[in-house]
Amino acid sequence: MLSVVVFLPLVAAAALAVWRRPGPRAVARTWIAVSAADLLLVVWMWTRYRGGIAYETRARWIPSVGAGYHVGVDGLSLPLLAMTALLFLVCAVGSLRGTRRAGPYAALFLALETVCLGLFAALDLLLFFVFFDLSIVGMYFVIAGWGHGDHLRSALRFFLYTFLGSLALLLGFIGLYLGSRPRTFDMTDLTRNPPLADAPGTAALVLLAVAVGLAVKTPSFPFHTWLPPAHTDAPAAGSAILAGVMLKMGTYGFVRIAMPMLPGAWQRYAWVFVAVGVVGALYGALVALAQDDLKRLVAYTSVNHMGYVVLAVGAAGLVAGDARAGELAVSGAVTQMVSHGLVTGALFLLTGVLWDRVHDYDLGRLGGIAGRAPVFAGLTAVAAFASLGLPGLSGFIAEFQIFAGVIGTGSPGAVAAGALAVIGVLITAALFLRVLHRAFLGPPGELTPRVTEMRPGELAAVTPLLAASLVIGLFPRWLLDVIEPAATAVVSLVSR
Amino acid sequence: MNENPLDLLPELLVLGGAVIGLLAGSFLPRDRRRAVAWICGAALAGGTAAAVAAAARPGGTVFGAYAIDPLTHVARVTVMLATLAVVVLAAGRARGHPREAEEHVLLLLAALGAVVLAAADDLLVLVAAYLLASIPAYALAGIAGDARGTEAALKYYLMGAFLGVLMLAGVTLLYGLAGSTAYPVLGGRLPAASGAAVACGVVALLAGVLFKVGGVPAHFWVPDVAEGAPAVAAAFVTTVPKVGGFVALARMAGEFLAASPVDWRLLAALVAAATMTLGNLAAFFQDNVRRLLGYSTVSQAGYLLLPVVAAGRGGLAEPALLFYVAAYAVTNLGAFAVAVAVGRDSLDDHAGLARRAPGVAVALAVCLLGFVGTPPTAVFAGKVLAFTAAWDAGYAWLAVVAAVNTVASVFYYLRWIAPAFRPGEAAVRIRSRTAARVACGAAAISVLLGVASGLLLPGLSRGAPP
Repeated sequence: MLSVVVFLPLVAAAALAVWRRPGPRAVARTWIAVSAADLLLVVWMWTRYRGGIAYETRARWIPSVGAGYHVGVDGLSLPLLAMTALLFLVCAVGSLRGTRRAGPYAALFLALETVCLGLFAALDLLLFFVFFDLSIVGMYFVIAGWGHGDHLRSALRFFLYTFLGSLALLLGFIGLYLGSRPRTFDMTDLTRNPPLADAPGTAALVLLAVAVGLAVKTPSFPFHTWLPPAHTDAPAAGSAILAGVMLKMGTYGFVRIAMPMLPGAWQRYAWVFVAVGVVGALYGALVALAQDDLKRLVAYTSVNHMGYVVLAVGAAGLVAGDARAGELAVSGAVTQMVSHGLVTGALFLLTGVLWDRVHDYDLGRLGGIAGRAPVFAGLTAVAAFASLGLPGLSGFIAEFQIFAGVIGTGSPGAVAAGALAVIGVLITAALFLRVLHRAFLGPPGELTPRVTEMRPGELAAVTPLLAASLVIGLFPRWLLDVIEPAATAVVSLVSR
Repeated sequence: MNENPLDLLPELLVLGGAVIGLLAGSFLPRDRRRAVAWICGAALAGGTAAAVAAAARPGGTVFGAYAIDPLTHVARVTVMLATLAVVVLAAGRARGHPREAEEHVLLLLAALGAVVLAAADDLLVLVAAYLLASIPAYALAGIAGDARGTEAALKYYLMGAFLGVLMLAGVTLLYGLAGSTAYPVLGGRLPAASGAAVACGVVALLAGVLFKVGGVPAHFWVPDVAEGAPAVAAAFVTTVPKVGGFVALARMAGEFLAASPVDWRLLAALVAAATMTLGNLAAFFQDNVRRLLGYSTVSQAGYLLLPVVAAGRGGLAEPALLFYVAAYAVTNLGAFAVAVAVGRDSLDDHAGLARRAPGVAVALAVCLLGFVGTPPTAVFAGKVLAFTAAWDAGYAWLAVVAAVNTVASVFYYLRWIAPAFRPGEAAVRIRSRTAARVACGAAAISVLLGVASGLLLPGLSRGAPP
């Protein structure tokens, strides 16, 4: 069942690749139909989900090193799978018009969908790594083939930088494998029986390798420098996937791999993650505040939001802390992953609309857009408010849990870290209000006459994301009921 | 002692193919020499079938100097299939090439040398195999008779002759110390010999083998031959002799180096680190795809030394080496086949390949990203195994060096991939349909090998039922 969900898009991609000269309409129809079918399957899986690890498949792959094809979903991965499927569907809808070489583009995105879904479903380290690495290759071709600006350079930097992270991750995985008894790459086995418990020095080095690999992908300060150029020069749908889905691969890895498999090392170095998280949150917000390029600005808010997630997972490792608070923080971190995927995906699609009209992101040359395109301005405002954490939208639910959890651990350092990170929210609020003020209100700018209202296709792409954010913001229980048991399990595993 | 010549059936078939091919080539009129390609291809296919059949039988040693074990089986199959692919590549060019027959025969003889190199269980057989694998290869490198090819062949020959003499000196020294050239006897007697003398002998011996595998500091011939020799010959000499050389290294490591009083593991680890690093650094700004591939094969030789360093410690080293060496052969042939198919060597000449021939461009991307170790290609599985084996043997630092080098290598592979996929006018065209098919086939096999690695690996371990 889960394997069908994961590999259905890949099969469609292969069909598109061998199909001789399909028309753009046929490509779009196939792309949307397959993505929609995949989303429906995930929703159906969600309705039948009853806790624990479900839809599990376990087959031998490379038995000589104890690696298998092992997939399954639980409360951590199910929301991310649903978010991924939704985001890929709206990207398909949003790319209906004006895409060059639509056939290969659709095939590439469908293949990427398989890679992203597969990563969140994987329960084997080697399988996880396969998808982790392939996501880099897929996104490289998206940026290099369909980007704008200095996209070849950005794509190269993206590939080199994130590949460095992935090799670090691979070394870390090999360390986990060699440290386990009996040797295995299986995540459930490694979680049940954490490796390297009796070798703290090696465990610290392995955690370092894994953490560097995941931090590059997240990206955490100071490993974020690949992100702004990659986002700025990627096509809108590519940025939405990169920010919405691929950044989560890093943070998901922390919750799924680093915390439960190296609990001792995680506890010892939890402060490092807390510090990295706070610095990332503040630095991302401050640099975003200084941007005049709208897309770069959105990219830096991702650094800020991922900073909160790293802060939360770090705080959950503070042994002295209250377990309840730790659970709240992890639950907030997972909610933030989902929320950030929806909201930032929407923001990048909206900047894509802007690029389509004026081929520029410079805030200084825009102004008074609200007068010419009220719906566009309204949706951007909603997305901005969701991103800065306004109550009633999903960002608030996530950030409230994170701050409550971090401060609730009770240790003075964590309280200080939480208080500092709250300043990040203030800066984010300031910068989004500044964007609204400069680009959407006020006198018309030089490029404003070229801005036209959103087309139905674009509307159909952005609205579901913001609607989902609103639903989570108003009625979060259905989401939290799935996440909270998994968060409890992670915290009990990390405090072993 | 087992003296059944039928145990050498795969080698005899290849030898027979070479002899019949040579005779046929001498007597047939020039426009009918295509028959030689068929004879050689049939001999290789027969040899492969015989090797697969032999793998199902219990192993052992033939004539006291020739080992029949998983190492030999894998080397036989890999070498013969790789040579078959090269024969197909060579036959894909225009008919009536004046030296067509000679080229095929030389390919077969060099391949035979590589197999014997891998299976040798005695230093004297090793020396004979070294010569058999080298001398036809020198001729292959210079077979076009043009200035660049001649220069490459001369450089290749001088270096091979020099290091071959050094190797012979090493063999002499080890014989003097142990009183025998058989590996098992060396393993028994070397521990008692003087450490310094053994170290000299081992270093001199390794010089010759390093020449075959293209490792630093014996790598200088690789880029020149890759660039100057005919593309098909370049594909062959950067692939097939390496298979033999690495398997020979693994065999020596397991049978007598591990027991010798010198710290050869550290030596091999340093050579590995130097090989991958220098190969990568030199490849960075090459604008000629064949020269770039030449340096890439040097860096790959560095990664392939990882399981050699780990040989004899932990059960993973041997399967890792065998799997990686086969994966490397497939990938390298695929990349060279793209160069043959395009027929132009400058990076700019490959611009727009994706537009003109999407299949070849995808094959190129699969092979080059495969070299980097992108899953699920074969080299990925090989690299994971090699890193794991090295770390398991206590050489975690070497695995880290290899990982850093892998990241660095992405840069120059992308310098080839990026123009191939750039949209716009395509000046490139496919000059050899056969080579294009070989490239696509190699890419497909690379992915299949990677996905199915779990099925093959158990058969590669010694002691496991074949």
